[in-house]
Amino acid sequence: MLIVVNNRIQNKIDTFIGFVVKEFKQIYRDKRTLLVLFGMPIIQMLLFGFAIRNEVENAKVAVLDHSNDEVTRQITGKIDASNYFSVEGSIQSYEEIDELFQQGEVNEVIIFESDFARQLQRGKQPAVNIVSDASNPNLAQLIQQYSTSIIVDWQQRKGGLPNKQNRGVVANANMLFNPELESVNLFVPGLIAVILMLISALMTSISITREKEMGNMEILLVSPLRPAQIIIGKVLPYLVLAFVNVLTVLALAKWVFGVPFRGSYGLFLTESLLFIFTALALGVFISTKANDQQTAMMVALAGLLLPTVLLSGFIFPISSMPWPLQLLSNLIPARWFLVIVRSIMLKDSSLLLLWKETLILLVMTLGFIALSVKNFKVRLQ
Amino acid sequence: MHNPIIRAENLTRKFGDFTAVDHISFEVGRGEIFGFLGANGAGKTTAIRMLTGLLAPTEGTASVAGLDVEKKAEQIKKEIGYMSQKFSLYEDLTVRENIRLYGGIYGLSDNEISQKSNQLIKMLGMQELQKKMIGALPLGWKQKLAFSVALIHEPQIVFLDEPTGGVDPITRRQFWEQIYKVAEEGTTVFVTTHYMDEAEYCDRVSIMVDGRIDALNSPAGLKEQFDAGDVEEVFIRLARGADRGE
Repeated sequence: MLIVVNNRIQNKIDTFIGFVVKEFKQIYRDKRTLLVLFGMPIIQMLLFGFAIRNEVENAKVAVLDHSNDEVTRQITGKIDASNYFSVEGSIQSYEEIDELFQQGEVNEVIIFESDFARQLQRGKQPAVNIVSDASNPNLAQLIQQYSTSIIVDWQQRKGGLPNKQNRGVVANANMLFNPELESVNLFVPGLIAVILMLISALMTSISITREKEMGNMEILLVSPLRPAQIIIGKVLPYLVLAFVNVLTVLALAKWVFGVPFRGSYGLFLTESLLFIFTALALGVFISTKANDQQTAMMVALAGLLLPTVLLSGFIFPISSMPWPLQLLSNLIPARWFLVIVRSIMLKDSSLLLLWKETLILLVMTLGFIALSVKNFKVRLQ
Repeated sequence: MHNPIIRAENLTRKFGDFTAVDHISFEVGRGEIFGFLGANGAGKTTAIRMLTGLLAPTEGTASVAGLDVEKKAEQIKKEIGYMSQKFSLYEDLTVRENIRLYGGIYGLSDNEISQKSNQLIKMLGMQELQKKMIGALPLGWKQKLAFSVALIHEPQIVFLDEPTGGVDPITRRQFWEQIYKVAEEGTTVFVTTHYMDEAEYCDRVSIMVDGRIDALNSPAGLKEQFDAGDVEEVFIRLARGADRGE
């Protein structure tokens, strides 16, 4: 009797494995799917890592030096020596500034007052004016901050300045956790979220609706396979592939871009797995609603990927969004995942600090699974 | 009828206010080729879905292979084969892989699957094609293979939902030869079709109009009953009275 039961279970397992193998074969044979699964993550990673950067590198600077003494030359030299700037040359008059900006030759002009060194010696505060081309406001702001801090830095190193008479408060801003302000450090967690959404939600919903569209789903439902087996069988390969991609992105981040990883790998992978489940549940949910691949794709792209990119805090900080969008962002799983991953990677946070975000993801996942099951049942009743 | 394999009694399915299948009763005997005719929207698909355990009846009962469709739906699935007009084999798997997949789904052992595969491929004369993707085969081949795959677990009944849609007359003819062969071997064939010449091949034909079965007889019996030249004439006369349009 026991042997019979064992056989039956063994049979069920074989059936299930056969079904999963078929799914892998189909993925492996579809070149387009393969490209999305493995090409896309790497391309995105390289794009975000190398091309799309927030930080400044070699911003072009021109100098309008009315004083042209030892001190101004020293400051100019210091600015030129930094990685952020390269001094392209000097100009003679204010009139040239507009023209230079219009031609796009330089991003910033630094203007020294006349008698700069002498004023300093007398204990006065000579002015350095910084004019930047704000047609690219983000860049302009950044390079202004950078050049200001270089000058302040120089001033402090010189010592005695600010001098005794006007000793004021010197602001000393320190960037913690990401001192180099490398944007790649911030992009990596967001990128992981986008890639997982892409693979887990988009690809699964497309692959399930394809079965529907081709009429295979009907055959499978009439077969002894249970609906749960069908869904798990369809989803499992994507779970594996998504996980492989997490590892790939992590490896690229670490060894190609030198992104620091300060937290626990175990916690990070567990949280990633949780997010994969969230995305898979979303994918299944979409496929219970959509009847063809096209619809599934549109819904997944517009309803999942776009918010993941725009509203999760991946590129635009949530705190600077208008409040309706801030409220909306709470509904986006990636928002919580981002907090978790950034904290683990850059701050070595433990689960104790991240339990709230983790719980939210967990609840979302269970919710989507419940909704999918309900929808699936309704279709069969 | 003595020991019917399908028995439906007042089988009814409503979707909200709409009654898709309206109290139909019929029996199908073992080894019979039973034609299930009706215009689009007459309720054929809903009826088949109830018989295959995909949809619960709102009213009435039905049993398939002696199993109640409502209570034993999962067991019924092992006893039936199913092939639909929308295609059922995976285009991006080879002939052999498809056979293996469906064999596995129906719980055949590895040994049985290899045996069956060889047997099927030989029977269909597809030795040359066994490593080819299904997508590369002509429709006629696909259909024949799909039919054989639907029978891989030697079911008692096979449901064919417009199996010959879009196939040329010669292939249709060959397909019906296949149907006759399995019926002779004792498998019951429950088939829906739009082709009236095919209706003539069935042992008995039922015609559904607006969710009801308005006629059920052998093709010859139908012609006599309605004093018509062929089944098509009977069908058109009945379908013309339908309230539901195409």
